[in-house]
Amino acid sequence: MKAAIVVFPGINRERDMAIALERITGQKPRMIWHKETDLGDTDLVVLPGGFSYGDYLRCGAMAALSPVMGAVKRHAERGGYVLAVCNGFQIVTEAGLLPGALLRNAGLRFLSMDCHLRVERADTAFTGQYHKGQVFRAPMAHGDGNYTASTEDLDRLEGEGLVAFRYAEPDGAISDRANRNGSARNIAGIFSPNFRVCGLMPHPENLVDPLMGGTDGKPLFDGLAAALAA
Amino acid sequence: MTKAVVTVMLKNGVLDPQGKAIGHALGTLGFAGVGEVRVGKRIELELAETNPDAARKAAEEMGRRLLANMVIESFTVEIV
Repeated sequence: MKAAIVVFPGINRERDMAIALERITGQKPRMIWHKETDLGDTDLVVLPGGFSYGDYLRCGAMAALSPVMGAVKRHAERGGYVLAVCNGFQIVTEAGLLPGALLRNAGLRFLSMDCHLRVERADTAFTGQYHKGQVFRAPMAHGDGNYTASTEDLDRLEGEGLVAFRYAEPDGAISDRANRNGSARNIAGIFSPNFRVCGLMPHPENLVDPLMGGTDGKPLFDGLAAALAA
Repeated sequence: MTKAVVTVMLKNGVLDPQGKAIGHALGTLGFAGVGEVRVGKRIELELAETNPDAARKAAEEMGRRLLANMVIESFTVEIV
């Protein structure tokens, strides 16, 4: 699997993502500066977390207009894989690659803690090494993670099975308590209709080694590596 | 030169926790009778366009394409 990480000014999770990808694939991902317009030969493009452009105007709004995003869109249109985490998720919604938007957390507080995610389907490249309904732990660190979309879009996401992960209790129950940022229908992550673009707020890349305190996020990367093995 | 003021607000029905917190704080300060509080952004644009109608049209296009996220926000344009 050839992976590339897009680097925007103000991003701060690109090295964590690179460590996770290298650990799973044995290859260093290419780092692509936001001014580049060619992604090269890449199976997976990752938009990492951070605070691109200082969150000016809206989180992800400026990055969505970066030169590199044209190439990311073309990659997605060709059926390429895109993993968008945290600020990356905000960027792809701003860019229109995934529906909806991320609002300020309902409790107004920046949330830096672990959450539990329930895997809503296991037949995708992103979730193939989990099983449906499995719950895994993932760190989150965001001020604007409150997912929202029009009722029609939410119904379409549910109807077409495009919800990837929901905030859940450790036993998998869906509750308001587990939904710390107030996201619509506990949605933590979603897929594009072809299941090749996945955006989520929490950080699976931060739990891929026992030294990090767990390996809950590793199956996501294992699954991608298995699905995209060249 | 024309000046356009774009006011961006969260759409009606979209939860505005900042507005709620401000409303609550106003109550704490003793201001009675404050109903719903909504928070938005005011963006002032200096436009080279001198025709007010054309300036408004341009500002509206800027609003749709960048200044507001039409999924969650709406905006108004005022030429001043």
